Amino acid sequence: MANIQERLQNKPYAEYAYATRPSKMTLFWRRCLIKQIYMFFKLNLKIMIMVVKGHS
Amino acid sequence: MSKVLVLGAGISGHTAALYLKKILGKKHDVIVVSPNSNYQWVPSNIWVGVGLMEPNEVKFKLAPVYKKQGIIYKQALAKSIHPEGGGETDKPFVKISYVEEAKQGEEEVVEFDYLVNGTGPALNFAGTPGLGPDLFTNSVCTYDHAAHSWKNLEVSLTKMENGEHQTFLIGTGHPMATCQGAAFEYALNIAFEVDKRNLSHLADIIWITNEYELGDFGMGGAYIKRGGYITPTKVFTESVLAEYGIRWIKRAGVQKVEEGKAFYELLDGTYHEQEFDFAMLIPGFTGSKMKAFDKADNDITDKIFVPNGMMRVDADYTPKPYEEWKASDWPEIYQSPEYDFMYASGIAFAPPHTMSKPMKSANGTPITPTPPRTGMPSGVIGKVVAQNISYRIKTGKKDHPHKASMTKQAAACIVSAGYGFTKGQAATMTVSPIVPDWEKYPKYGRDINATVGVIGLAGHWMKLFMHYMFIYKAKAKFGWSIIPE
Ligand SMILES: Cc1cc2nc3c(=O)[nH]c(=O)nc-3n(C[C@H](O)[C@H](O)[C@H](O)COP(=O)(O)OP(=O)(O)OC[C@H]3O[C@@H](n4cnc5c(N)ncnc54)[C@H](O)[C@@H]3O)c2cc1C
Repeated sequence: MANIQERLQNKPYAEYAYATRPSKMTLFWRRCLIKQIYMFFKLNLKIMIMVVKGHS
Repeated sequence: MSKVLVLGAGISGHTAALYLKKILGKKHDVIVVSPNSNYQWVPSNIWVGVGLMEPNEVKFKLAPVYKKQGIIYKQALAKSIHPEGGGETDKPFVKISYVEEAKQGEEEVVEFDYLVNGTGPALNFAGTPGLGPDLFTNSVCTYDHAAHSWKNLEVSLTKMENGEHQTFLIGTGHPMATCQGAAFEYALNIAFEVDKRNLSHLADIIWITNEYELGDFGMGGAYIKRGGYITPTKVFTESVLAEYGIRWIKRAGVQKVEEGKAFYELLDGTYHEQEFDFAMLIPGFTGSKMKAFDKADNDITDKIFVPNGMMRVDADYTPKPYEEWKASDWPEIYQSPEYDFMYASGIAFAPPHTMSKPMKSANGTPITPTPPRTGMPSGVIGKVVAQNISYRIKTGKKDHPHKASMTKQAAACIVSAGYGFTKGQAATMTVSPIVPDWEKYPKYGRDINATVGVIGLAGHWMKLFMHYMFIYKAKAKFGWSIIPE
């Protein structure tokens, strides 16, 4: 998303200029296969437990 | 033998029908009345809307599935409910009108012992002049709307490839529209597709929303643990939009649309216009406009439904200020208070009030999202209603051992923001419970440990995995019932 990010960053004082942006490290972890495979199982399990616990 | 009639074969009604048949077996009839011959996995319409999936990949024919399961299917529209019977019969019935070609327009009376109303939302494009795929904006609410959106989006993308600038306006098309999550997802997908083609310098993408703050999503926002802080979803959502180069207009009630121009009012009472080349704006939702009559044929629609056509259930509809809202206002078993053999599941049930704090503009226009009822609770409610009806039929008792209040249920929303096994990305958000319970969780309204907001490749895989898994489940293939809703 590099192009788009740059486009909005160039407009200081706009409302969106105050939004937090991901750092390079954050962007790396979002695509890191090992971390994402772990997240895939973790999130699926979390959601499954939530569904089952949410009704009787 | 009992007859259970299910109206609507969407996420909720279809789930209810499958569980009813599974539990009740051959001894009892399960009848489904629904006008569309297809089941559609609505969440994947977003991918149809950006040309990444064909409508055929998100839908399948219902008739063979119902035949195999022993469910009676009528491709028809329910017109009116007669809970006390009428004319010659004392048995409750629904009047239906066929839409299938061979019987088009034919009317029929379908008797029932128990009724599940799973008719979902009617898309009220007429509520905003100029809105809708027949007029000046696009929609992704159904697979054919989404396919039509993709055609129009392709035109914009081609123009950009020829050097023309394009403005995209995506968001809510009515001051009280809901389903922000779907529109938000579509905006991110458009940004991704534009960027993929190296055209972002020619695009102005604008998110327009009736939310007081971004990240409200019609559920009063949420808090998530992130980066060592407890942050509101406002921060999370603004960050995602900024990352994707999308600017925003919030607290906006779209009043009217003309060709290439949307007119909106802000909460501060000012009126504005926004030009666009391509717009996808979610309409207001109403119930499915069914009528209800008593034995003497008197109109009792007001008793069964609230004014917008959604069905009254075991909720507390007493009007009260936001500060006095309680978790106990929300229904648990989705049973009609007037006729205890009728239930409403999914979007068809009338919520007691919004989840977001009601706001009015300086001119008195309500500008507040109505409550979302996403796929997960819609499916869970369908299942619980089916379990309770089956229990009543099998035991003859009137109690309800199964409950699914939205103040106890969690919801997960996976907002895809790019496609591809290694290039895809999605924001995964979970909240528990869906409706904030400030008595139980005085600090953040919800269980902060259960609430998640993460972005990454894993979310994309999950969205894709769920697409295949839920279509498999809806086709009632081997082991379908062990897959959670
Ligand atoms: C583009 C989009 C993306 C979404 N993404 C997500 C997501 O990622 N995750 C999520 O959890 N939720 C998502 N949702 C929300 C989810 O799709 C809905 O919550 C869900 O479809 C509601 O289920 P339902 O059965 O109540 O209604 P529907 O699925 O709308 O089904 C209603 C059914 O009733 C039928 N019907 C209507 N009127 C009548 C009548 N008079 N007689 C008989 N039948 C009738 C309709 O034809 C339909 O079959 C999304 C919604 C949209 C629009």
